[in-house]
Amino acid sequence: MTRLTLHQFQTDLLQPFDLQLNAGDCFTLSGSSGCGKSMLFRAIADLDPHQGEMRLDDQLSTQIPAPQWRQQVGLLPAESGWWADEVGQHFNNPDLALLAALGFAPEVLQWPVDRLSSGERQRLSLARLLGNRPKVLLLDEPTANLDGENSLRVEQVITEYQATHHSATLWISHDPVQQRRIGNRHLVISDGTVRWS
Amino acid sequence: MELISLTPFTLALAAGLVLLLGLLSLKLQLGLERRLLIAAVRSVVQLTLLGLVLKTLFEQSSLWSVMALAIFMLSVAGYEVMARQKRRFRGFWGIGVGTLSMFISSFSITLISLHFIIQVDPWYTPQYLIPLLGMLLGNTMSGIAISLDSLTHNAWQQRRAIEARLMLGHSWNQAINEIRRDALRAGLIPIINAMAAAGVVSLPGMMTGQILAGSPPLEAAKYQILILLLIAAGTGFGAITATMMGSRRLFDQRQRLRLERLSIKSH
Repeated sequence: MTRLTLHQFQTDLLQPFDLQLNAGDCFTLSGSSGCGKSMLFRAIADLDPHQGEMRLDDQLSTQIPAPQWRQQVGLLPAESGWWADEVGQHFNNPDLALLAALGFAPEVLQWPVDRLSSGERQRLSLARLLGNRPKVLLLDEPTANLDGENSLRVEQVITEYQATHHSATLWISHDPVQQRRIGNRHLVISDGTVRWS
Repeated sequence: MELISLTPFTLALAAGLVLLLGLLSLKLQLGLERRLLIAAVRSVVQLTLLGLVLKTLFEQSSLWSVMALAIFMLSVAGYEVMARQKRRFRGFWGIGVGTLSMFISSFSITLISLHFIIQVDPWYTPQYLIPLLGMLLGNTMSGIAISLDSLTHNAWQQRRAIEARLMLGHSWNQAINEIRRDALRAGLIPIINAMAAAGVVSLPGMMTGQILAGSPPLEAAKYQILILLLIAAGTGFGAITATMMGSRRLFDQRQRLRLERLSIKSH
């Protein structure tokens, strides 16, 4: 079973803290802008240096090659990056059912990235990330640019993924209604400390 | 045909032309006159000094003085590569990447050609070593500078795309691969163009010089071919070394993109 453990974990903006996230958990995270939420996610994905220990299923992050860690601890950033011209070039083996669940026809794979709206980018980058089958999801406001209908779609896709793959999720969300809908516990960052709400 | 010696008066005539250009720049408000004059004065002073240094060096022909000059030329070229970077590596790496790649490419190619191709005896005969090394350094320097500048510039511009790949579990090598390839291509295109245009569009400087000095045109052409080929090889190997080292330095041991290792030029 998936378990992510942070021990005395510390970033530039945050005091050391401990956290354990098990399969099936979905913790929401909120805090004023600039408090270090996104930086914390980058550190957990091992994209930024940090202090303290991270373990996935009892394996220390430093004992796993970084690319492998990032495949298992998948980060969905607030703004996605695209390196090729067409959407399809960013997918290894695209899951058409997943794309359909996010509201896309298979033709989306031929679309040029340049013409995607910010909402489309957000949903497609989620599909791209889930294609890696990560054990832990770090979602940085995954519905920020989406309308009500698409927000619910994304929430449903993530809930279903979590149930099928026994994954665990940390989810940055500022909407109290959404927090109650998706999260089983709620974390708040203020003054450099991470607390339960 | 005897070499016609230039007098200070003839050089002053040429200087007058540059001065005229400076006045024109002032009138047209190009703002280039200061830089133009400083550069012109620098070239006069530097080349005169070089002439004097080479004169003594040719008379002595000792290994140590030749090596000392070679190392001096290498450090200046290394500094020049760094100075041309908009975003350069902080600390030792700023000057280190360029200098080391030029050392590996220019030095080894000069030695190989002196020893095996031209077969000069002794191999450090300054009359051959210094001009050869100078041509190689001068040209590989531009190629390496262009490649490194393109590498760091594009890594900065495309940091989000690079990190997107890292987040999806790509290795640092995959994540930077296309940017590195473009950087290499940018550094190599000038020398490829120079080879293609040599003799048709442009008469290369060295060949011009040899012909002016009275060498038979065919001998001058053979030396020019040799130099162009060596420059192409040196630029290629140097740029590959520089982009390899540079791209590795952009990531740490956990394959994180560390753009804070670059500093931005202030002006």
